[in-house]
Amino acid sequence: MTLGDQLLQYLFTGITIGAIYGMVALGFNIIYSSTGIINLAQGEFVMLGGMTMIYLTTIIKLPMVVGFFLSILIVTLIGAAFERGAIHPLKSPSVITLIIITVAASILFKGGAMFTWGKHTYSLPPFSGEEPVRILGATILPQALWILGTMAATVVFLILFFGFTLTGKAMRACAANRTAASLVGINVKTMVLLSFALSAGIGAAAGIIITPITLMDYNRGAMLAVKGFSVAVLGGLGSNVGAVVAGFIIGIMESLGAGFISSGYKDAIALVVLLLVLFLKPSGLLGSRERGEFKKF
Amino acid sequence: MRQLLVWLRKRYNIMDPILQVEKLEKNFGGVLAVDGVDFEMNPHQIKAIIGPNGAGKTTIFNLICGIYPPTSGTIRLKQHKINGLKPCVIAEKGISRTFQNVQVFENMSVLENVMVGRHCRTRSELFAAIMHLGTRAEEKGIRDYSLEMLSFVGLEAKKNEAASNLTFQQQKLLEFARALATEPNLFLLDEPAAGLSVPEANEMAQLIYRIRDMGITILLVEHDMELVMEVSDRVIVLSSGQVIAEGTSRQVQNNEAVIAVYLGEREIENADHTKP
Amino acid sequence: MIALITLAGAIMVIPLGLGDSYYLNVLIFVGIYSLITIGLSLLMGYAGQISLGHAAFFGLGAYTSGILSTKFGISPWFALLAAIFVTGGIAFLIGAPALKLKGHYLAMATLAFGYIVFIVFNQVSSLTGGPSGFGEIPRFRLGSFLFKTDVHYYYLVWSLVIVALLISLNITHSRVGRALRSIHGGELTANIMGVNTAKYKIQIFVLSAVYASVAGSLYAHFITFLNPSPFDFHFSIVLVTMVVIGGMASVWGAMIGAALLTLLPQYLRVFHDYDILIYGFTLLVIMIFLPQGLFAAIIGLVKKKI
Repeated sequence: MTLGDQLLQYLFTGITIGAIYGMVALGFNIIYSSTGIINLAQGEFVMLGGMTMIYLTTIIKLPMVVGFFLSILIVTLIGAAFERGAIHPLKSPSVITLIIITVAASILFKGGAMFTWGKHTYSLPPFSGEEPVRILGATILPQALWILGTMAATVVFLILFFGFTLTGKAMRACAANRTAASLVGINVKTMVLLSFALSAGIGAAAGIIITPITLMDYNRGAMLAVKGFSVAVLGGLGSNVGAVVAGFIIGIMESLGAGFISSGYKDAIALVVLLLVLFLKPSGLLGSRERGEFKKF
Repeated sequence: MRQLLVWLRKRYNIMDPILQVEKLEKNFGGVLAVDGVDFEMNPHQIKAIIGPNGAGKTTIFNLICGIYPPTSGTIRLKQHKINGLKPCVIAEKGISRTFQNVQVFENMSVLENVMVGRHCRTRSELFAAIMHLGTRAEEKGIRDYSLEMLSFVGLEAKKNEAASNLTFQQQKLLEFARALATEPNLFLLDEPAAGLSVPEANEMAQLIYRIRDMGITILLVEHDMELVMEVSDRVIVLSSGQVIAEGTSRQVQNNEAVIAVYLGEREIENADHTKP
Repeated sequence: MIALITLAGAIMVIPLGLGDSYYLNVLIFVGIYSLITIGLSLLMGYAGQISLGHAAFFGLGAYTSGILSTKFGISPWFALLAAIFVTGGIAFLIGAPALKLKGHYLAMATLAFGYIVFIVFNQVSSLTGGPSGFGEIPRFRLGSFLFKTDVHYYYLVWSLVIVALLISLNITHSRVGRALRSIHGGELTANIMGVNTAKYKIQIFVLSAVYASVAGSLYAHFITFLNPSPFDFHFSIVLVTMVVIGGMASVWGAMIGAALLTLLPQYLRVFHDYDILIYGFTLLVIMIFLPQGLFAAIIGLVKKKI
């Protein structure tokens, strides 16, 4: 393989993994925009999506399509239950409280998954075969195309939802100004519930489509959450465009780093990027300076 | 003879201004909250900034005490530039304030709140704390001074109460005690009468006088016109980030531009006809 | 102060009843973990900051101490001292920029830092031995006296815990302690009232890292071998759980939390793998219903009865 081909290969891998990180980041953004909460359990939704799909299709042997939507639905309900059980009862929680609660929830989800499915690593059959597709000297798995396609579909869905539906606009209103939104009759509590549910659903979808390539186990959520958060911050918390772009950036950086430098340090790349962004420009690439300043105080 | 000179200078305000604000501007990403504000304060003066909501009054306070830097312009305390300094440094230099929405430390007692005010006037640090070296005298000093400040505002009976258990008015007084504990030269009061009943507002006016008698210069932001009129030597009127009038309370009351800004243009025509 | 003396007395007496048994061993771990949680409670409870990566400082203390004494033949005492400087220095470097961040950002920065350190432990095999680690770490010695048995170590560890408690109590009852609590009460307001919040946050962050470093060194010279797995994100969460359960704003609570979460799993052996479920559940329940922690809640109950 020539250097150019290698580069292209890493690029493809990077874009693929970047799409997943981007979807996790979108999940962070949705909850953050509507509530100001950063849901550290986001990664677990991804894990649960994959695991549920595995269970439904390989144990219960449901058809893939049914399994896909059913898994998303189940995890969405879990997300909603989480909001009702752990977030809703809080009365003006401090930041520390919220952080610890979302961390506790992520631990619970992880523990629950371990309890239900054990510590094994599971896999799913790829959606449309295993024959790699040759593009310009590098190969890309068909599953990767599914990943990119799902991400594109998610982005389109979110644009349509937030841009053109009443509910979506209501959620944006909550994000912009909670008090004003409630004054015009928007049920803020319901919007919060919806944002958690939506985030969970998107996370689940990401988990399902990635499992055929990267496999899935009960412990996968934490690292995904941190990397997804890195992407969200890099793109600018709250900016969906930023999440997509930053996802690709970090995915490619990780891929190149793993290929050219060392695969052992691969995970550290996203983490170092996160620290750099937080220390140097917390508002991220596409966030505004002011919002960044407010974060400091 | 010396007494006479001091009295003369005080009487005729012949002293270097304690606060000088020059061409102050603050732009919040497109919103020009403060647009070229100039004013000065002389020692022992009580000055009020009034104006409709959103005029930029609290922004000016926030700029003076260093919460964010001005976009341009300078703020001088006793001739030294203070814009760009951190709030804790500005506090040490002699500016303190109260807050419109009371911000006491709810996780501490009343006395402890005031003792925090003494922080910038005391010195023992982490090493001394760990080693428990020579801190006893300083702690006693902090405690005594804080109790004095609590007496000054009338809260000494509540000294061991949790700050969160006080009434709104009591919390306002606590903020005063805490700010006074920092030994300020310049005291910024952000809507001291807000949320107070008429008798409580009168007590507030008395308190403000007593603070001035301690030798402290006072700048207040206020909506309660009676308090402003009673207590202030001079008044600045702010609208849309700009100073539209400055003078004694009487002068400002009769200023057409001021009336226009509060009541709207058309009212002026009506007002002219009904004025005694 | 009385409480401290009582505790010291109790501690001195316990081994006489237990001898060189298994429980003494567990109590040593309670002591080591208490060292970390006491420091962490100063950071989280008093100053109101959060660290989701404190296992990293524990590990840095352990590895620095272990490596210096094994590969460079330095006496464990000096190695412990050196580890304090290394860990403290790293804490300063990461804390100075990180503590400018608020809330979630700070939490994620500490989380990321913890993970990075863990990855480094695993990767720099020439120094750390990689995932399998290294062994033959020398024990502490004073002259010809070797800290070999559990009894020796018990007294060593708990003496240090008492010192740590003394230091922490001194801090909390001081001007600095008040400044820390004012930061927790309202950082911007504290700043405006003259408290240099940045300085104190960094100081207490570094101090809590130093506590963890000492604990790490004690750990290394006790177990005499090291690998990265105890110093992972899971343990950072366990530490936070200990502090939260005991009561964030209380150094006594921190000790109780450490004791509870070290002793209980011994009795609930059957739950070993599911400890993580229990931690998560407990954290959740406490944060929702008893955010001031068990210690404060019990004190509150006791006060009501009196």
